[in-house]
Amino acid sequence: MNPHLAEVKQLVVLSGKGGTGKTSISASLVHLASQAMDVAIIDADVDASNLSLVTQADPFEAHAFWGSQSAVIDQNRCSRCGRCFEVCRFSAIEPPGEGQNAFRVRDFLCEGCQACVHQCPEQAVGMQQHQDGEWFQSRTPYGRLMHAELFPGAENSGKLVTLVKQQAKLFAEDNRIPLMIIDGPPGIGCPVISASAGADLALLVAEPGVSGQHDLHRIIQTLSHFQVPMLVTINKVDIYEQGAREIARMARKNGCILGVNIPFDPSIPQAMIQAQSITKYSPDSPASSAVAALWEQIRKILF
Amino acid sequence: MNSVKGIKIAVASGKGGTGKTMVATSLAASLEPEHQIQFLDCDVEAPNGHLFLKPVFDREIPAAIYVPEIDTERCTLCGECVKGCTFHALAKVADQILLFPQLCHGCGSCTLLCPENAIIEQPRKVGVLRQGKTEMGTTYLMGELTVSEPMPTPIIHQLKALSVGSQEITILDSPPGASCAVVETLHDADYVILVTEPTPFGLHDLAQMLGILEKIGLPGGIIVNRAGIGDDQVQQFVRSKCYPILLEIPYQRSIAAGLARGDLLVRISPMYRSVFSALFNHIQVSLGRKADSA
Repeated sequence: MNPHLAEVKQLVVLSGKGGTGKTSISASLVHLASQAMDVAIIDADVDASNLSLVTQADPFEAHAFWGSQSAVIDQNRCSRCGRCFEVCRFSAIEPPGEGQNAFRVRDFLCEGCQACVHQCPEQAVGMQQHQDGEWFQSRTPYGRLMHAELFPGAENSGKLVTLVKQQAKLFAEDNRIPLMIIDGPPGIGCPVISASAGADLALLVAEPGVSGQHDLHRIIQTLSHFQVPMLVTINKVDIYEQGAREIARMARKNGCILGVNIPFDPSIPQAMIQAQSITKYSPDSPASSAVAALWEQIRKILF
Repeated sequence: MNSVKGIKIAVASGKGGTGKTMVATSLAASLEPEHQIQFLDCDVEAPNGHLFLKPVFDREIPAAIYVPEIDTERCTLCGECVKGCTFHALAKVADQILLFPQLCHGCGSCTLLCPENAIIEQPRKVGVLRQGKTEMGTTYLMGELTVSEPMPTPIIHQLKALSVGSQEITILDSPPGASCAVVETLHDADYVILVTEPTPFGLHDLAQMLGILEKIGLPGGIIVNRAGIGDDQVQQFVRSKCYPILLEIPYQRSIAAGLARGDLLVRISPMYRSVFSALFNHIQVSLGRKADSA
């Protein structure tokens, strides 16, 4: 094992609640960090992958992601016994409707467990492989971006996140890149767990208010369980100041470092429309100054 | 078809934080108590509807998936269960069968495959379901994924099983994203309201959601929230796809601040009560559940 391989630092940006500004802040951190060091950039929100829209990404490689399998019934062999329907716990087998006699598989509910395949007395059920999405490598002015699109309604977002992160890690190690910036998904479930595996620091983007606080608490509990150090920034902090104070108190109590907060700034959606990060589009805006101070904090923690 | 069948409306978005919960809770609050409503918060990773509708909960049920437990007296270590598990949740290590509980989807295939009947399934708690009522009598149901558990879909499945099919109106508040948890929420809905914002991110994620609607064959319409903060690409795209724009809610700082405090949109700005009633009427008419009275 090459000792320098352990030195790639991973910063993951998460929030619990969606739409708090993870991607806008990630794009700005990528822009600022790239002025100081080489970075590898990962969009780990494969359901709603937006980081490429604000990093001037130029995709040069696309790969199919084959994630799941679902059952198919051979209607010529099927004796309509209904055993598949009985054993399926995911409501993925649709019994014949009125005037019909075929059992059908509802692909989008099939988990691929194969219980029906094993139990069918006629061996009429087989499996077919599904392409669940695509992953890409793109060049950006700030470094290499690894990103992916899960097909609408597909499964295995956690696996796809893991795959994209592995590719980025290999690239970072081969090119001695010291930092990976990972724009994470909302929620606390499997893709979040995949996105934060191995992280050196999580930046949690909170939003003042009852929902923001509730969901921040859930992501803090999740990351505490996996022992990831946390830095909290409150976005749109001036929308509800009392709520912001409560969030800061809760975050501190739960062992988070408090970061620089970000004011509400109407130029953020404008930057997005110009396909840029706020720090590049409007470097003197209030939000840009705050993110710049936040990046300095992150740099001191990581390096 | 049964004419007294209830109507199920799902509120979804693709992109997070566009205002799904704001729309779902205000729709419920605009229709109660004239209509019988049940509200299902299916965003089990980050449930927030209860912070606005403020139900009183009177029932809590563990959400569990059934995972195998091996009766070592009966097990002959034949390995059929390990071979049959597509999720690699079972492994044969030395002289025992090991279970990795977080990988198990609870499909029960191993139980059926074991030739010795040596598998007994045990519930493993992965979350909780809560049931209650709002002040105006709406039945409130929510699920909550246990922290550090990876799979939200079984909880959504069980939450929906608790709901009553014959209820006049069911409102489902979906999780964000466009993956399996969203499909589990809305696959049997009668109508899907997609909430987006007029930005490139909102547009990109809305396109993903329309992909799901087309794949399953669900009718839907779009609400553009925070209208005015971005551009009109979303509206142009929606029109090109022939979906209706049901409503545009302009960005107002007072709305943002009110929601942050936990107020319903229809309380911050009471005129939305009639807007949401009209919207519900429009949905019924478009589904042929009601004649157009206009």
